[in-house]
Amino acid sequence: MEELLLIAVGSALVNNVVLSQFLGLCPFLGVSKKVDTAAGMGGAVIFVITLASCCTGLIYQFILVPLHFEYLQTIVFILVIACLVQFVEMFLKKCMPPLYNALGVYLPLITTNCAVLGVALTNVQKEYGILTGVVNGFATAVGFTISIVIMAGIREKTEYNDFPEAFKGSAITLLTAGLMAIAFFGFSGLI
Amino acid sequence: MNKCLERLYNGIIKENPTFVLVLGMCPTLAVTTSAINGLGMGLSTTAVLVMSNMMISMLRKIIPDSVRMPAFIVVVASFVTIVQFLLEGFVPSLYASLGLYIPLIVVNCIILGRAESYASKNPVIPSFFDGLGMGLGFTVSLTCIGMVRELLGSGALFGIQILPESIYTPITIFVLAPGAFFVLSFLTALQNKVKMKKGKKITECGADCASCGNKSCAGHFFNMTGDPSVSIEEAAKTAEKKTTDSANKE
Repeated sequence: MEELLLIAVGSALVNNVVLSQFLGLCPFLGVSKKVDTAAGMGGAVIFVITLASCCTGLIYQFILVPLHFEYLQTIVFILVIACLVQFVEMFLKKCMPPLYNALGVYLPLITTNCAVLGVALTNVQKEYGILTGVVNGFATAVGFTISIVIMAGIREKTEYNDFPEAFKGSAITLLTAGLMAIAFFGFSGLI
Repeated sequence: MNKCLERLYNGIIKENPTFVLVLGMCPTLAVTTSAINGLGMGLSTTAVLVMSNMMISMLRKIIPDSVRMPAFIVVVASFVTIVQFLLEGFVPSLYASLGLYIPLIVVNCIILGRAESYASKNPVIPSFFDGLGMGLGFTVSLTCIGMVRELLGSGALFGIQILPESIYTPITIFVLAPGAFFVLSFLTALQNKVKMKKGKKITECGADCASCGNKSCAGHFFNMTGDPSVSIEEAAKTAEKKTTDSANKE
């Protein structure tokens, strides 16, 4: 239990997926203009990454390892994730329309989010079991949500500030991300 | 032959994937801690890009349109796996320092972007040169960013100490994660400055992907219809319509 907690804190705060591993930067820069949309995206990412790390963990443990096909992991994982996102979208549309309305628009964007594949591969690389893998996936996604929501909050506050003309747009966003990365360094004492 | 040279020029300078198109940001920021790492990552991506471009171009008449995306992904992922094993076997030190980012070449938007926009419509030889040009453009930019970060962060270039510690105290933060954001931010601002001098307007994303500074979205952001066959322009119109509709409701 203690080990799981350590992994969770480690991947959510200390090794934050966006700010120290640079995964999932595209949505982090693209969908962080408003807190609501950022939170929606974060929710969708938590949902998909948790599910994906469970599925890829099961497939790796029970199909690839017994057949000695470990080297196919990249191909299998990316296809599984792409299919999974499609299925989740169809399932939500049919069975849970309220959730679909909240998360639906973000789902197609997630296939191209490298954080999902990144988590699946990290789980294999660090030889996590299925439960540990799911915890790691969930915590990573929570870390993503924390940083994207904070980012959106900062961007809302600074929207009308008087930047130098050349820094408007993505330059100032990247600079903000850099400052946030420094702030997140403070968590490295936690473990 | 002229066309091939034109593809190379296009990839390295005119449509440089990092500085002009702003694609593939994750590896750009993550592995450029030193010039060597940037070079290694760039060359691995080039290898995958060239091979997958050729393969997809050969298969372009066989792959049905409706399943082209999964087919491209399988082709790219196979080559990535091959490159991964070659690196692991022959350059283990580079493999260790690039780590997770080698398999993540699969989700690099440059590769799928070239497959979709060039290789699936053109014959094999131009596609080969297109992949080579784009790959070299990516390599050059990664190496440049890596050199800036290595020089500022440790006073060295390609692992050779250039600025002795007695006259220059290294600013370690440039090798760490925040430094990557800072360097890229300043490079983007510099680029905007040059654009402004030329009288071009910096546009906030208005689905005008040809002149947008933040193309890390690669057009995906606007394609909210969930249907990859819809072009970016149409998707942008739909998105705009949705926004106006919801505004009208309020």
